[in-house]
Amino acid sequence: MHSNKWFNILVPIISVIIGLLSGAIIMLVSGYNPIQGYVALFNGAFGDLYFFGETIRQTTPYILTGLAIAFAFRAGLFNIGAEGQVIVGWLAAVWIGTSMEAPMYIHLPLALFVAALAGAFWGFIPGLLKARLGVHEVIVTIMMNYIALYSANAIIRRVLTDSADKTETIASSASLASEWLEGLTYFSRMHYGIMIALFAAVIMWFIIERTNIGYELKSVGYNQHASKYAGMSVKRNIVLAMVISGAFAGLAGSMEGLGTYGNMTVSSGFSNIGFDGIAVALLGANTAIGVVLAAFLFGALKVGALNMPTHAGVPNELVDIIIALIIFFVASSYIIRWIILRFKKEEK
Amino acid sequence: MGVIELLQSIIPTALFYSAPLIFTALGGVFSERSGVVNIGLEGLMVMGAFVGIVFNLTFADVLGAWTPWVSIIVAMIVSALFSIIHAVASVSFRADQVVSGVAINFLALGLGVFLTKQWYDKGQTDMVSQPFYTTDIPLLADIPIIGSIFFEGIYITSYVAIILAFFAWYVLYKTPFGLRLRAVGEHPMAADTNGIHVYKIRYIAVIISGAMGGLGGSVFALTIALNFSHATIVGQGFMALAAVIFGKWHPLGAMGAALFFGFAQSLSVIGAGIPFLADVPQVFLLIAPYVLTILALAGFIGRAEAPRGNGVPYIKGSR
Repeated sequence: MHSNKWFNILVPIISVIIGLLSGAIIMLVSGYNPIQGYVALFNGAFGDLYFFGETIRQTTPYILTGLAIAFAFRAGLFNIGAEGQVIVGWLAAVWIGTSMEAPMYIHLPLALFVAALAGAFWGFIPGLLKARLGVHEVIVTIMMNYIALYSANAIIRRVLTDSADKTETIASSASLASEWLEGLTYFSRMHYGIMIALFAAVIMWFIIERTNIGYELKSVGYNQHASKYAGMSVKRNIVLAMVISGAFAGLAGSMEGLGTYGNMTVSSGFSNIGFDGIAVALLGANTAIGVVLAAFLFGALKVGALNMPTHAGVPNELVDIIIALIIFFVASSYIIRWIILRFKKEEK
Repeated sequence: MGVIELLQSIIPTALFYSAPLIFTALGGVFSERSGVVNIGLEGLMVMGAFVGIVFNLTFADVLGAWTPWVSIIVAMIVSALFSIIHAVASVSFRADQVVSGVAINFLALGLGVFLTKQWYDKGQTDMVSQPFYTTDIPLLADIPIIGSIFFEGIYITSYVAIILAFFAWYVLYKTPFGLRLRAVGEHPMAADTNGIHVYKIRYIAVIISGAMGGLGGSVFALTIALNFSHATIVGQGFMALAAVIFGKWHPLGAMGAALFFGFAQSLSVIGAGIPFLADVPQVFLLIAPYVLTILALAGFIGRAEAPRGNGVPYIKGSR
């Protein structure tokens, strides 16, 4: 018989393939050349070292938001609030980066730490409400996203600047930007953040697979009642899962604030890094290694898409459609499993 | 500024901002009452706004003054069809309903902007030439004081929304269909045992939410935004979802919540002209609906409890 593990690898791969095929069909129906479109996409993501650097840059925050959502998922929680946690992390990192002077070995770690702390706090509130009052975390985190968005805008305008639309650039002692990596990739915006993101993936794997905390979190995710009966504190674990999840998302925000942009701009809508993280976590089957691979795929799709309008005339939103379809297929894995099993039966 | 002038400036604006929220929230009530969580309201509004604007631009010359009305009906139909994707995924394919809703949001925005770029060669459409206009409601506008506050310079769609809320209440609480729908949302197995077709009711409920979301999105587009781009619908769908919960999953409650949120939004728009609000930072008015929803959920403003079967795919034969 085929084990669950085998399905867990097969379902995402099939979903991606169907997603890309659907994208090809959409291009064909809309009168574009799908081969030309995908070649442009591929060149835009890997065509030369500049594009590759940009792909890695885009992958960096995706890994972290993917980890955030995957971590909460493992404890049975759905953290839609990664978006808001990214915003507060970004704001906190830029705040520390612009408002103080310190040598790099203090300034940069402090900015990262405060970003993670801000994200953790933004995750703590829904975690506490869920644990204490049984309020569904999905709704609270959605509401927290908007509170973060509007509050961050107000703080940028009123506190960090004098009614300007963006903050000052952070001090170089808090920056993740790297002349070495930029030089290596023809001056892309690639920065050291990727190492932090990969390190975070190792930490997530370690917590989940090798510690008591991880064991309890997974146990609570599987069956709250059994965990309680076994003497675990379900409430503490729920809060802890949301706090750690929020910290990952806060770090993702600091990647944008300290690495890619070096500042923060007033925004009328979301960056979508947090929402895309949902797709990353789902496709990565909520495992650390899966998240890294899925983040790389979505990073390549998003960056490569920017090359499609100029080289194939295809609007880059095609990639958003493809990503949405991939989410549908992964989420509907029940039916994919059913079809696979059906085929297997007929062979016998 | 006198009290009457104050009300004259606040109330029509509040009604104007509430209408799209009321429509969409009513759709959310139907879907969630049948046990299907609908995070995709935002995407359904995007689809409605897109179709409403495109239809309006295309047929304005043919249909003349009737264009906006036909546009919102077409938007309703297309969004209803679009919502079938959510129904298939979350009812038949047993997908996680929240995940499917998130995918609906991505898909609607992706499709809308993709097609806009393909058809108009730019990221946003032109302004529509036949939007909804404010009117005075005949007879009622002549009532002293009340008439000038409630019935002058108003969008008829706002009153359509309020009437629909009462209609939705009637359907949900006074008809056999409504009883079945609520039963399916509370305890699908018990409903199934009594011969109610759970899947069929859930499909219908999700499709109703699609139609209402499309109506809300197109009314927003044809009264407030007047064109379509990636930034036309930013958060109105989630605000409607908040109204569903703040209104405790009741059509009239959702209407009340939507009116209140619309009021809060209108204050953040016209607040500068009102003496005691001019000093309140705008951000507090912007985040008020969301903070209040969290407080309502936490039980500080009357406990909000979801239908018991909400969010759980129904699998025949399982206990």
